[in-house]
Amino acid sequence: MSSNVAGVAVHLTDLTRVYGQTKALDGLTLHIAPGELVALLGPSGCGKTTALRILAGLDEATSGTVSVGGRDISRVPANKRDMGMVFQAYSLFPHLTVLENVAFGLKMRGEGKGERTSRAIDMLDLVGLSAHAGKYAGELSGGQQQRVALARALAIQPRVLLLDEPLSALDAKVRVQLRDEIRRLQLEIGTTTLFVTHDQEEALAVADRVGVMNQGRLEQLAAPADLYANPATPFVADFVGLNNKVPAQVSGGQAQLLGTAVPTLQGSVTSGAGLAMVRPEAVMVTADPAGTSTVSSVAFLGPISRLYVAMPDGSVISAQTAGSAARAFSPGDPVTVGLEPGGVLVVSDGSPA
Amino acid sequence: MRGARTRGAPITGTVRAVLWVAFGLFFLFPLYAMADFSTRDLIAGGRTLQAWTNLVTDDALYQAIVISLLLAAFTVAAMLVILVPTMIWVRLRAPWARGMVEFLCLLPLTIPALVIVVGLRNVYLWVTYFLGESALTLTFVYVVLVLPFAYRAIDASLSSIDMQTLAEAARSLGAGWATTILRVLVPNIWPGILSAAFISIAVVLGEYTIASLSGYQTLQVQIVAIGKSDGPTSVAASLAVLLFGFALLLVLSLVTRGRHAADETSTNPSGVERVVA
Repeated sequence: MSSNVAGVAVHLTDLTRVYGQTKALDGLTLHIAPGELVALLGPSGCGKTTALRILAGLDEATSGTVSVGGRDISRVPANKRDMGMVFQAYSLFPHLTVLENVAFGLKMRGEGKGERTSRAIDMLDLVGLSAHAGKYAGELSGGQQQRVALARALAIQPRVLLLDEPLSALDAKVRVQLRDEIRRLQLEIGTTTLFVTHDQEEALAVADRVGVMNQGRLEQLAAPADLYANPATPFVADFVGLNNKVPAQVSGGQAQLLGTAVPTLQGSVTSGAGLAMVRPEAVMVTADPAGTSTVSSVAFLGPISRLYVAMPDGSVISAQTAGSAARAFSPGDPVTVGLEPGGVLVVSDGSPA
Repeated sequence: MRGARTRGAPITGTVRAVLWVAFGLFFLFPLYAMADFSTRDLIAGGRTLQAWTNLVTDDALYQAIVISLLLAAFTVAAMLVILVPTMIWVRLRAPWARGMVEFLCLLPLTIPALVIVVGLRNVYLWVTYFLGESALTLTFVYVVLVLPFAYRAIDASLSSIDMQTLAEAARSLGAGWATTILRVLVPNIWPGILSAAFISIAVVLGEYTIASLSGYQTLQVQIVAIGKSDGPTSVAASLAVLLFGFALLLVLSLVTRGRHAADETSTNPSGVERVVA
């Protein structure tokens, strides 16, 4: 199991899926490199799960092709696709023990009892649950069940690993643990992986590349840091946490906003008035008795705090500060709002393109 | 609060005991009366087991018992083979048809047996033409007759599992449809299948109207016929059927209770997350 040899390339080409009147997928093209983990991120109904299900063979594309390892598998049924899948809902077979669950796929492949038992135990070791081999799914916690589901999916040495919001049903702490574990295992085994989630933090944390989807289309596909720094569209910007829209004046590749001039990112309007997408951590708030803005509320979130500041024009801007720094502010305080240097995306106001 | 509860406990206990005894008597007394009557020697006085030995020595009665048991077995087999895959398929692949299937399955409840017999007369001309004149051909009617009960039992079981996800998990692991249904879905709706089977047996063993009007000698028809000349034997046969039904229900409740017990231990909240080092 040396790193990145098990992976195969996955090509989804121009996939469209129409249900009645709605287009769940609208010409999705996505290439996943061998051994890569791509996360599809988007709100519910954006088509990310549909894409995954089409890749799994559990749904059929209206048009477009799916190829894995260079072979077109659009017509191959789900049970012949060799894909390990972890579902959002708990999917362990309730009538089988943990060990039998993990060995199920191997049994379907005609492996002998000895071989499949030892392989299943190896897989359970990998997810740290071999001590629970004899239990039934109902005796495990949610996090443990999803781990077993992961072991079950990996036991068949799948060509592609498909994760359909595997962490959504878990509580926050377990979610982070399992998220990191999934990434560790994926790097170790090197299986090409598609991870579908609506949680941007999750996507940014585990993926080699993140694809943001909206209304059946891929809006942007980029490495997490790149996506975060250079969102291509207002939708992507909004989805990765740039939720302040600040009026700005653009000219010559520079945007004037909050009394600061910063460079504009590619895809911005080139001149005139627009709205700049600004993330809360780029907003600087300083106490200033002569300031024209006022603090409207302070939310303490532990390591960080969020300040909501009412601007002179009546709009509210959110700023993120260190948790301790927020103590200096209380609602009603006059402040000045500034901007950290860095590129911003400016879109035309009124109609987010 | 606590005072009320400690005072309340013995009262609840007493009420429960009284109800137990009352209902026990209500249900057991007729059985006792039947047992008493069927072992009474009406001519010489005293006790005799003649009526009970008649169950196997009286050829017509014995044949009728065999026919009825076979009918029950065939009906259950045919019902399961038709209903289980259909219901699974409808839920997984054709949800739009669910209302229709439910309607069709519940329809027999609303049609009087007499109407069914008259309606089936023409059909049965063909059935007997192809399969010969046999009481076992009643299987076809009985399958229809048990549909409403069996449908309800299986439907409840299907609703209790996340069939879509289980089926998709099985398929993604390489199981074909037949394997998915037999190895993954059926084991998880086993209680529903069992109760559908037992209810069907009870319905078949209790059916009189259709068999009688169609002129076939099933156990119920024989019991009525014998009742006209030999009271104790007919009562012995009735009691035997009742006890058989009780035994089936007992088995059912034991089997499903076994499941519940397993479920209860399985939902104990010991599932504290284990951190993997």
